[in-house]
Amino acid sequence: MCLAIPGRVDAIFEDGLSRMGKVNFGGIVKDVCLAYLPDIAVGDYTIVHVGFAISKIDEASAQQTLQTFREMGLLEEELSASEACNAAPDKEGQS
Amino acid sequence: MKYLDEFRNGEIAQSLAREIRRVTTRPWKIMEVCGGQTHSIIRNGIDQLLPADIEMVHGPGCPVCVTPLEIIDQALAIAAQPGVIFCSFGDMLRVPGSEKDLFRIRGEGGDVRIVYSPLDAVQIARQNPDKQVVFFGVGFETTAPANAMAVHVARQHGLKNFSALISHVLVPPAIAAIMQSPRNSIQAFLAAGHVCSVMGYHQYPALTERFRIPIVITGFEPLDILEGIRRSVLQLEAGEARVDNAYERIVTFEGNLPAQKLLEQVFEIVDRAWRGIGVIPASGWQLRPEYREFDAEHRFQVSGIHTVESPLCHSGEVLQGILKPNQCPAFGKECTPRKPLGATMVSSEGACAAYYNYGRFISADQLTHV
Repeated sequence: MCLAIPGRVDAIFEDGLSRMGKVNFGGIVKDVCLAYLPDIAVGDYTIVHVGFAISKIDEASAQQTLQTFREMGLLEEELSASEACNAAPDKEGQS
Repeated sequence: MKYLDEFRNGEIAQSLAREIRRVTTRPWKIMEVCGGQTHSIIRNGIDQLLPADIEMVHGPGCPVCVTPLEIIDQALAIAAQPGVIFCSFGDMLRVPGSEKDLFRIRGEGGDVRIVYSPLDAVQIARQNPDKQVVFFGVGFETTAPANAMAVHVARQHGLKNFSALISHVLVPPAIAAIMQSPRNSIQAFLAAGHVCSVMGYHQYPALTERFRIPIVITGFEPLDILEGIRRSVLQLEAGEARVDNAYERIVTFEGNLPAQKLLEQVFEIVDRAWRGIGVIPASGWQLRPEYREFDAEHRFQVSGIHTVESPLCHSGEVLQGILKPNQCPAFGKECTPRKPLGATMVSSEGACAAYYNYGRFISADQLTHV
């Protein structure tokens, strides 16, 4: 659960709750809370955990990590987990 | 499954492993605290690249695994109530309570939803003013800022239908508890990189000094873990015991200060029971009294639940590094990811699930007798 994925901030906006960003994880874009990185700007890279940007990272390191996660199959697994589970709950749910 | 040497950077991994073999002159036991690191080690066969003298022991850093049974049962009781939308990270849904799990509650008609972020639960509360929305806020220091923010914005917006069932745990008190155990044999720790990205590592020098152990802050990728192990072995062989940051591209000494500020505002330190381990003093966070109205335990009055743990489950010994998963008599027999007896067989960070999913059915000591 402590995995964090690097991504690039493509846009910054307010959603009525907090300062948010559109963060691009190698092609998958998610809404991410930027409140804990007040200095972050469009084009910067950050690592993201449960929808929160928690630390900046340089572009080269971010790309390398994204590549490693992609090779290990972690990227899709981490970013699509909630949608997949909510889409097919009952088949999974009965044991 | 792909092993490490199949990856693009397999050569670097092999050279790091060779370097570890070169500097290792005697047996050492190193614990990786974080369950994410456990999975990386087993998934990539990192332990099999290491010299026989280096034993990796898997630690308690799996939030799903250590969440007390009583709190799981409270979650089940709340989620089963009519008019409740119960939101959780996906990992928690299959964790066995005394009788059921959250998937079962959903199958029986409970509105249980998996969210990506705690703020999603707050949005659900705003969109459903006639429902009570409860977020299951578990996790270590990495996840706590997200959960703190959810409660904080709910309070700022005066949401009357949002609350959180909080069970947060902390790494440094767990390291201290492991070192103080009479059964302890750990000689060095890989500290969890993303915990330190939030908290920094100013809490760790006190531990290295008190227990004379090296602590190396380590990332999650295979090369990060090998580098963390290499730096641990270098200290052990030299008789040193200090904090070393092997994850400098992410972790700074002071950590994320805005996150720490909100954590301090929303949470206070409490003694926390860890499933399978017991109470560790000052090892968790709970909501401060100012945020009590957002505390689901308070709102739903679900304390005093009688819990029943499986007598066959040895997850407590697994979480403390005393037993390897495949040394448990129930492993792969009565206990599988489809029918788990304990949370360590469920979570994507649980050591038992890692051993099961990556085919580690025979323990090293069994192998020597083959």
